[in-house]
Parts: sequence; C-alpha cells; structure tokens
Amino acid sequence: MAATKIYAIYKDDDLLMQAVKQTRSANYHISEVFTPFPVHGLDHAVGIAPTRIAITAFLYGLVGLSVAVAMMNFMMIQDWPQNIGGKPSFTFYQNMPAFIPIMFELTVFFAGHLMVITFYMRSKLWPFKKAENPDPRTTDDHFLMEVDAENHDLEMLTKFLYDTGASEISLIEKEEDH
Amino acid sequence: MSSHYEAPIREPLVLGDKTYHDISVDVAAPVLGKANKSWWIVFTIALVAFLWGLGCIIYTVSTGIGVWGLNKTIGWAWDITNFVWWVGIGHAGTLISAVLLLFRQKWRMAVNRSAEAMTIFAVVQAGLFPIIHMGRPWLAYWVLPIPNQFGSLWVNFNSPLLWDVFAISTYLSISLVFWWTGLLPDFAMIRDRTQSPFQKKIYGILSFGWSGRVKDWQRFEEVSLVLAGLATPLVLSVHTIVSFDFATSVVPGWHSTIYPPYFVAGAIFSGFAMVQTLLIIMRKVSHLESYITVLHIEYMNKVILLTGGIVTVAYAIEFFIGWYSGVPYENYTYLSFGAATGPYWWAFWALITCNFIVPLTLWVKSLRRNIMWTFIVALIINIGMWFERFDIIVVNISKDRLTSSWTMFQPTFVDIGTFIGTIGFFFVLFLLYARTFPVIAQAEVKTIMKSSGEAFKRLRAQHGDDHSHVQHVEQYPADAGPASNVEKHFDSTFDEATPEALNIDDVDYEQNKGRIEMLLNSVGTFEPSLQKQDNLQKINGIGPVLEQKLHQIGIFTFDQISRMTDREYELVEEIISEFPGSPKRDDWAGQALTLKNKN
Repeated sequence: MAATKIYAIYKDDDLLMQAVKQTRSANYHISEVFTPFPVHGLDHAVGIAPTRIAITAFLYGLVGLSVAVAMMNFMMIQDWPQNIGGKPSFTFYQNMPAFIPIMFELTVFFAGHLMVITFYMRSKLWPFKKAENPDPRTTDDHFLMEVDAENHDLEMLTKFLYDTGASEISLIEKEEDH
Repeated sequence: MSSHYEAPIREPLVLGDKTYHDISVDVAAPVLGKANKSWWIVFTIALVAFLWGLGCIIYTVSTGIGVWGLNKTIGWAWDITNFVWWVGIGHAGTLISAVLLLFRQKWRMAVNRSAEAMTIFAVVQAGLFPIIHMGRPWLAYWVLPIPNQFGSLWVNFNSPLLWDVFAISTYLSISLVFWWTGLLPDFAMIRDRTQSPFQKKIYGILSFGWSGRVKDWQRFEEVSLVLAGLATPLVLSVHTIVSFDFATSVVPGWHSTIYPPYFVAGAIFSGFAMVQTLLIIMRKVSHLESYITVLHIEYMNKVILLTGGIVTVAYAIEFFIGWYSGVPYENYTYLSFGAATGPYWWAFWALITCNFIVPLTLWVKSLRRNIMWTFIVALIINIGMWFERFDIIVVNISKDRLTSSWTMFQPTFVDIGTFIGTIGFFFVLFLLYARTFPVIAQAEVKTIMKSSGEAFKRLRAQHGDDHSHVQHVEQYPADAGPASNVEKHFDSTFDEATPEALNIDDVDYEQNKGRIEMLLNSVGTFEPSLQKQDNLQKINGIGPVLEQKLHQIGIFTFDQISRMTDREYELVEEIISEFPGSPKRDDWAGQALTLKNKN
C-alpha cells in the first residue's frame, strides 16, 4: 500500500528544530528526519526513545572479560601448567596478576567491536547498502523532515509547513515498507 | 538561540564567513579535484623509499637477522627502537579523538580525522618490526593462542611480549572502527556531491549507505562516546604494556617502575609532534587554513608542553634515583653521568636537547603561535623521541654487568634502509589518504559552527547573545517562493508567491547591450534550431533564478559556460544585478566541461 508523505526541506538546524516542535504540537506525525550532522536535542524533539546501545557495550564487555578468564585459566592453569620465571601457576587466583593486561584488552576488544557491529546492523549500515536519503543535499547543508500526509488536508498541511520555514515542500507517494 | 552561546573570550575555531555548504565544498575539494605536481613529487619520493625498505626487508627475511648490526651484547637495537617510536607516534590520534571527546574539546574536530589516520598508519609500521624480527614471519601466527600440533603448547600469557600482541592488535582494530564509524557521514557527503559515477559507486560502498536519519545520528553519537570511553584507558594501556617489555626485565636502566606513565607521556609527546608535522603541511596544501587555525596549533603545542614537561621530570627522576641508589651499574644507564660523558655522549645530549631544551621555547606565546617555529620544533621532537628509545635500548645494554662484553652498536645499511622504508610506507599511506578521504570530520565541524565559527561570534558580539542564528545564505535562490520542486498535480493557493513568480528582476537588456554582445562573442551564441538547451542547474552554484537570468542573457548550454574565463565571469556578474553566485569559486567552466563531455 502506498503511503502519502510530505517532504519539507529546511536550510538551517535551528529552523528545523523549531519546525519539528511546531509540527509535533500541531499533532502531525513526523515519520523521519534526515540531517547532514547530529543536531543537538533533535532526537528528543522528534520524540524517539533513547538508544540502548551503551548497555549492549557493557554486556559485550562482560563477555570479553569472561572469554579472557576462561581462556587463560584453561591454557595456563588446566591444560599445560608451566613454571615460567617462578610465577605461581597452581591456581588461577595466584597467577592472575600476570593476566590482568589481557583481561582488560579483551574486554575492550569485545565491547568495542561488538557494539559497532550492533550499531551497523541496527542502523542497516554495511558495504553495498544503498543510501536512502531522499535528497542528496541532506548530507551537505539541507535538513529534510518527512511528515505523514494521510488523513490530512494537504493544502492546510502544506501551508502549515511553509509557515514553519520550509524552503521546499514536495508530496511523495511512497511504497509502504513497514 | 542562546544554546549556541560560547564565551566571547574564546577565539573562533572556524575562520571566515563559512556556511555549512562551504564546509562541504572545502572538505570535498581535495577528493574531487586533481592532484598537483608537488603531491606527485612527494608521493614518488615516498614510494621509492618504501620500495627500498621493502628490498631491505626481503633481504633480511631471505638471509637472516645477521644482516642487521646486532652483536652479542646488543641483541635489540634499531628494530625495537623503531617499533616503540612508531607505536608512540600512534598515540596522538586516539588521544585526540577519545580523551578530548570526553573532555568536550571542540578543537579536536578539525584535527581528529588526520590524527587517527596517522595513528593507524603508524601502528601498521610499528607492527612490521616485531614481525620482521621473528626471522620467519610466515610463522607470525604462532603468537596467537590457537590449538597446535605441539601437544597444544600454548603461548605464554605471563610474558609482556605477548601482552603487546593483544594490546597492539586491540588498539589497531579499535582505532580502525572508531575512525571508520566517524568517516561514514563524510563519505556519504562526498558520495552525494561527486559528479563522477565511479566515485559515486566507490564512496557509496565506503559510506555503508549512510543516510543521516535522526535515529542513526543518535546511535552514532552514543557509539562515539562509548568508544571514546573504551579507547581512553586503551590508549593508556598500550604504551604501558610496551614499557613492560623493559620494566619487567632485570637490566639496569630498564628495570624501572616509573616507565609506564613516563612512556605514555612520551608517546603522546611524540604523537602530537608528528600531528603538527603533518597538519602544518596539509593545511597549506589542501587549503584548510580556515579549519586548522593557529589556535589549533597553539592548543597542540600546549599538549606538547605538558607531556614534554612530564617526560623531563621523569628524566630527572631517573637520573637522580640512578645516582642515589649508589649501584655502580646504574652509572651506565641512559640517564646518568656515565652516559653523558661516555662513548654515547652524543645520543645522551641529543635526547636532552631535542626533548627538553628545544620544547621549552614553546612557553613563549609568540613562538607557540608561530607556525614555522612549531614545525621546526615538531621535527626536532620527532628526532629526540627516536633518540630516547635508542638510548633506552642501546645505551642501557651497551655497558652491561660484564666489562669484557662492553661494546657499541653499528647499524648496517639494512637497519637504516628498513627504517627509511617504513617512513616511506607511512607517507605513501598518508598521501593516498589525503587525496581520497575527507580529511576533516566535516559533519562534526558543522555542529560547532554556530558556537565557534568566526562569523557567528561576530554576530553575537554585534547583536547580543539572543540573536537568531538561522542562516540566510542564498545558495538555492528558489526559496524566494515556497518550492521549485512542488509536483505539478499539486495546486498551491498561496497568495504571495507561486513557483512562477519568483520576484526576479529582469535583466536590463538595453543598459547592458554592449556587455552582453561582448560576452556572447567570446562564449558563442545559442541556436535553438540546431542545439538543445542544457539543464544549467546541474552546475553547482546555479539555481533556478540564476538559470533564468542566464537564459535572458542568451546562455543556454554547458558548452557556452565551459568557454568562460575570469573576464566572462566578471561580465556576467556586472550584467546580472544582485548576483547570488560565485562562478570562480565554484569553477563553473570546469563543471560545465565535465557535464558537456558526459552529454
């Protein structure tokens, strides 16, 4: 089913912020915003939930730490204990001071990489992915707000968006993808 | 909006009346333009050095490490010196992008991209040396804890050398993803700006399809912050672990508890010196003086002063403790009276001069802001930090506990060639980077424009802090009306303006008759019966209004515009009143030529 959207293009971030707030308070639904750089506070103004990606990083870090402990315990204590420079290898606890650096490194390694992979997957970023910004100028200096136009009087909505400071307004019939 | 407030006492970080669009144009210019002659000359020199080094490496690997100048006493020399030197240089990038991000230092945004690139390229050089030193580099995978045919004899997790393997590979890979994640929006900008289909394809792949959705940006900022939080202890751990290679040994001069913090400070010291060396050249060559300003250079000089001061204090402590211990062996360590007056006196004094005395000049503000002097000091620090590692490694073991084995180190041409080769390799990578990557994190710089841009600071000074910061820049003059791309079936009922009535003043034909004739004589006239008119708006800088005015003068094709020179630009500007473009800066003729050839 095709959805009717209106693309309103703004040429300034402050103008966009103001327009987003006005559009939301006029009870129009903003379905997406494309900006060339992170506009401070825009996520809050659009009303999207805070990201949980930092929590995943913490969990991935715990995984990394566990992997490091399990790996070194198996290799140095269980499987093939050796006397290396007199460092005690009878228990993991006794040998642990020598393992701290690698426990730290693997924590960072797992947390960093898996978090970034999660980010790429969630935001659908990978090589050969086609860009979906509707106007190429939105990576340069233009700000595009996509507003649901269904069940609204198009002329009123257009007039409204024009009054919020949009410099270009266009009507789009879009294949529904969600 | 007052949210852009920044104390007026702070100097601007972006000079000139830049708009967001100007930033895109300036950052994309080196990528979209052609390399000049000096780039090719420097690249060729670097490539030759790289190939020479490659030859030396092949010679080493095929013959054996005996081709180096090592002897029974000095079993570690230039290889490990160069390794530590390169790893140290690789510390500035992540420090700038991670630590300065946590401290919310806005000036990092102009320099972080190149500093991170430098980091990655320097760590690549560093990694080469231990691998070559293995003698049989094809067995390099033995350093990894993988099951093997020797009864599963595992790697030794008690050894600082193995910690190095984990620290350096974690550092390299985390720096790489940090760098790449920050690059995505900038690759996307180039993807959307370029005219060439090949570049569009390549940068489309590199940008991972970045679209700039508000949710993407939210995650992007969170990921950057968490990565910075992870990379900050990481960058400190890497050189700490490198210093453990020495500090956990029992060699006088190496066995020193001060090494970890002292090595980290030294690494940042040398890293910033290398950033200065590279960026002072790059800002000139790539015309980035508005973004990498004297203020940035001064800030980096202050970091150099701080870390250089820490290093100097560490030298003093080493010297004092060596003497105070009363142990005779300590009198031959690299910071001792014995070293200062012994056969390696020149290495000792090179260290003191380059790392302590010369950087002291940066306490003088006028010298700290002097670009030429900064460049010289940065070069001297690079040399001094190489000597520091040389002194630690070679001087310390040249006079060991057995007097009969005291000796000096003599490098062979292979030692020297390999070192020069890595410098060549480093510059090959950096020069390629400077031509193909957005060298400034333009998306981030755009976020600080309104707080730290010169024009906006002036605006606040003139009109007060509550002045509106909405930019009124006529780039697409279509905004005289609601829209130029309103679809046809959509009837607008606005009273004040319809797409047709753009409030354009017609070109005064009578008054400009002479000029128009002159113009058309040089660019040629348009024959509607023979030629087809082109969409002039494809040229960057020409919008609907300007196109209409050009049509009124009689300019309809790319062919005509491609014949324009400075004289014709001037004529056009004279004819069209309230001229909203800048043909020379946007290079209309060049753009038109490409477009014409594509038709």
